[in-house]
Amino acid sequence: MTSQVDKDHWRSAVKYTPFYNKMKEHDYVNEWHRWAEYTVPTVLENTTFEYFAIRNAASLFDITPMSKYRIKGPEALDFMNRLLPRDMKKLKIGRVAYTVWCDDEGMVIDDGTVFRVAEDEYLLCAQERQLEILKRNAIGFEVEYGEVTDDIAALSFQGPVTCKILKNMGLKDVETMKMFDLRFFDFPGGEIMVSRSGYTGDLGYEIWTKNDQAEPLWDAIFEAGKDYNIRPIGGNALEIARVEAGLIAAGSDFLPANEAVRPGHAKSPYELGLGWLVKLDKGVVFNGRRALTKEKKNGSRYRFVKLDVEGNKTACNAYLFDKENGKNIGYVSSTAWAPSAKKNIALGFVDMPHGKVGDEVWAEIYYQKELKWNRRWAKCTVMKDPAWNPPRKTLTPPGDF
Amino acid sequence: MTDNSNNIYDVIIVGGGHNGLVCAAYLAKAGKKVVVLESNNQVGGGAVTSELSYGKKVSSCAHYLNQLNGKVSKDLNLSRHGLKMAATDVSTIALDVGGDHLYLTKNNASGGGMTQSETDAYKSFMSLIREYAKTLGFLADIPPIDIFNLDWDNKVAALKLGWKLRFGLGAEKMSEFLRMIGMNINDVLNDEFENEKLKGALSFDAVLGTHTGPYSSGNFLTFLYRFASGNSGALDIPEGGMGAVTAAMAKAAIAFGAEIRVGARVGSINVENCAISGVTLEGGEELRSNIVASNANMKTTVFDMVGTKHFEADFVKRVVDIRMRGATAKLHIALRGLPDFKGVAQSELHNRLVIAPTQDDVERAFNHVKYGEVSPSPMMEISIPSLVDSTLAENGHVLSATIQYAPYNLKGGWTDQAKADFLEICIDRIAQYAPDIRDQIEHAELLTPKDIEERFGMIGGNWHHGELTLDQMMMLRPVPEASRYALPLGGLYICGAGAHPGGGVMGAAGRNAAQAILKGEAS
Repeated sequence: MTSQVDKDHWRSAVKYTPFYNKMKEHDYVNEWHRWAEYTVPTVLENTTFEYFAIRNAASLFDITPMSKYRIKGPEALDFMNRLLPRDMKKLKIGRVAYTVWCDDEGMVIDDGTVFRVAEDEYLLCAQERQLEILKRNAIGFEVEYGEVTDDIAALSFQGPVTCKILKNMGLKDVETMKMFDLRFFDFPGGEIMVSRSGYTGDLGYEIWTKNDQAEPLWDAIFEAGKDYNIRPIGGNALEIARVEAGLIAAGSDFLPANEAVRPGHAKSPYELGLGWLVKLDKGVVFNGRRALTKEKKNGSRYRFVKLDVEGNKTACNAYLFDKENGKNIGYVSSTAWAPSAKKNIALGFVDMPHGKVGDEVWAEIYYQKELKWNRRWAKCTVMKDPAWNPPRKTLTPPGDF
Repeated sequence: MTDNSNNIYDVIIVGGGHNGLVCAAYLAKAGKKVVVLESNNQVGGGAVTSELSYGKKVSSCAHYLNQLNGKVSKDLNLSRHGLKMAATDVSTIALDVGGDHLYLTKNNASGGGMTQSETDAYKSFMSLIREYAKTLGFLADIPPIDIFNLDWDNKVAALKLGWKLRFGLGAEKMSEFLRMIGMNINDVLNDEFENEKLKGALSFDAVLGTHTGPYSSGNFLTFLYRFASGNSGALDIPEGGMGAVTAAMAKAAIAFGAEIRVGARVGSINVENCAISGVTLEGGEELRSNIVASNANMKTTVFDMVGTKHFEADFVKRVVDIRMRGATAKLHIALRGLPDFKGVAQSELHNRLVIAPTQDDVERAFNHVKYGEVSPSPMMEISIPSLVDSTLAENGHVLSATIQYAPYNLKGGWTDQAKADFLEICIDRIAQYAPDIRDQIEHAELLTPKDIEERFGMIGGNWHHGELTLDQMMMLRPVPEASRYALPLGGLYICGAGAHPGGGVMGAAGRNAAQAILKGEAS
């Protein structure tokens, strides 16, 4: 099931996604970075424009570099149910689920989405490489698994008018897709897979195709959406959107447990605010079950907090305190000025029992003004909900523009 | 399937090897309703006596009793249940092809070109070994110290170890001990001795039953371990062979109220809602219990009996990674009469005969096994137990030899031809020292590591159900999550040699497991 290996791969340390040439046509500033082995845009034209394409129109973000795996076989369900803390018996064919997975100590290795494409077949989409994790999980299971990262080109199509554009493209009944639905649609060159999912906290879809369908797909979307101001976007705009939506990122908000060397540097699902993903009573063993059962009983070490930060200085890398000049109780892991919520926000972690919804914590913010460093104390309030969580994210059918 | 209370037990023990029987005895003694399920038609596992040919019996796997835990022997009152020694503390004769043999006892060495100064060196070396063994010995008796959960017992054990090292041995010997503990036997012996025969014989003891050669790292500890557990290194021969040891254990277990069923092969250990619910026999009969103690191999238990899906993935991976490479074959010969070992009097033949001329010879024999070949000139330990135990042979004698080295995965496989060829090599090897051996042979049987795996359930043919090396000992045995006998699955324990303190007929693992079960310990 593994993909064909390009024998010349060693000649370059950089890979180009099937959308590279198309994105390059929209590139004004030449700001690219490395994601897995691929080069992807940081900004194509202007971060603000790109951000507002997500919130007000339609944005295209190339997610081909996401690590993608296909898991297939008579015991695929048992395999997934042991790998993931969610109850996978509840994930029906044609549905997608957001999930984390843990090591035996109940520490999160990564988060991602799992797609049930058939009775005995799943796709797993992750931020980090997972082949070694799948390998050890497959011992004793009748499943095949393989990395398909390079075999599937994928676009994240996010924004309030995306449904309309897909309808224009001829995706029949796409407006009836509910949040986390998964469907296949006809497209020249074979079916494409569409899921109503994303990383922006907004209406949006992810589209999965064969590599040779990538450019025709791109063109079809632009053709169908020519009146809707579609904009390809870079990573910076997406970063603002995901922080605004309160979504965590591996490598920023948590360190994958299999990369953490120092004790206490990995985090459990409870500590990431994802306790709702853990079904301790699902009746079968899953990785981290024993440790998480203990943690549930004895309490967690940290609490994930979404903060509304006073003032206009982002709390980049700030320490968190119980009061001004008080005791250090945590740190900020991600920040943004949230343009739609019009809030200065931060994601971070505080020691238990601090950080209950409505609590105040204080951030010591360092910022530069014309290269000179300044310091400021900012009161932060722990928010219950993400700064951005519009009804249209889940509304079915979505608005018709 | 019948569902009545006859099928419901407090504890089910899978496998009637010596540790399973010991575990059962202790649990029954504590008032538990226990059943031992043994797949073969006799209990004993690797400590059994089987018929070799008409009127002749032999210990088919282990053949010396040198590590039996003293407390187990006493608590189970094994002598009252029929355990007798046919010989105790037999000496070793390191054979020399020219007839200048080296005679080794616990604290003396003679012949084989030993000088007085070297004999003195041997004496002081052995006394140092015994002192080290005494320091470590108690660790082979108790469960491994749980460093993550230092309860009172663990703290006492840790303090005791520290105290024994620092004040028992004294500062100088402790520092010497710490220097030596990770060394290979070759370096240790070269530091101490000149005599190649002596070094050959002692290095053989360090590699016996292992997948190491004298130059392999860490096997000084393996050598030391022979002295640290049970019998302080003395070799005894039980009357009736090793099967008599387990027969006595079975009698003790039954006397305490345990039930033992032979010919009852467990097909699966059952799990309901993430906890043990019982076992199903291969015939389909179901026995229920919330606690199962497995005396089977760790890998067999996890992969074949329970199934990996009931364990978490990192644990499964660690179990996969346990090294269990057998490199030892067993040779049994039914003899018409005693062979004539050149230069060894018949009255001395009841001793242990060792063929391991020099350390380099042992290492050269080991080289082959690394690449899937048999040693063309193997090392061996020979016992003729019928000389001290007439119950083993109505007429003539039986010879039992442990052969280093034969690989588990022989290149080309263990075909009948390959087995016959290696048998010839082994007999030729003995014939170098006892030229008339072929005239005396009625029947010969060779057990390769593959045979040992099949017959005794020792995966990889490894006697210890997991190689006894520093990285697989103490709190790392068999894997950290199971080192205190409880596996990370509610109600499942291991009680066999795969657990601390490991292989050899000790019984300590069975006793410690029983205590863990009685205390309700969880992983």
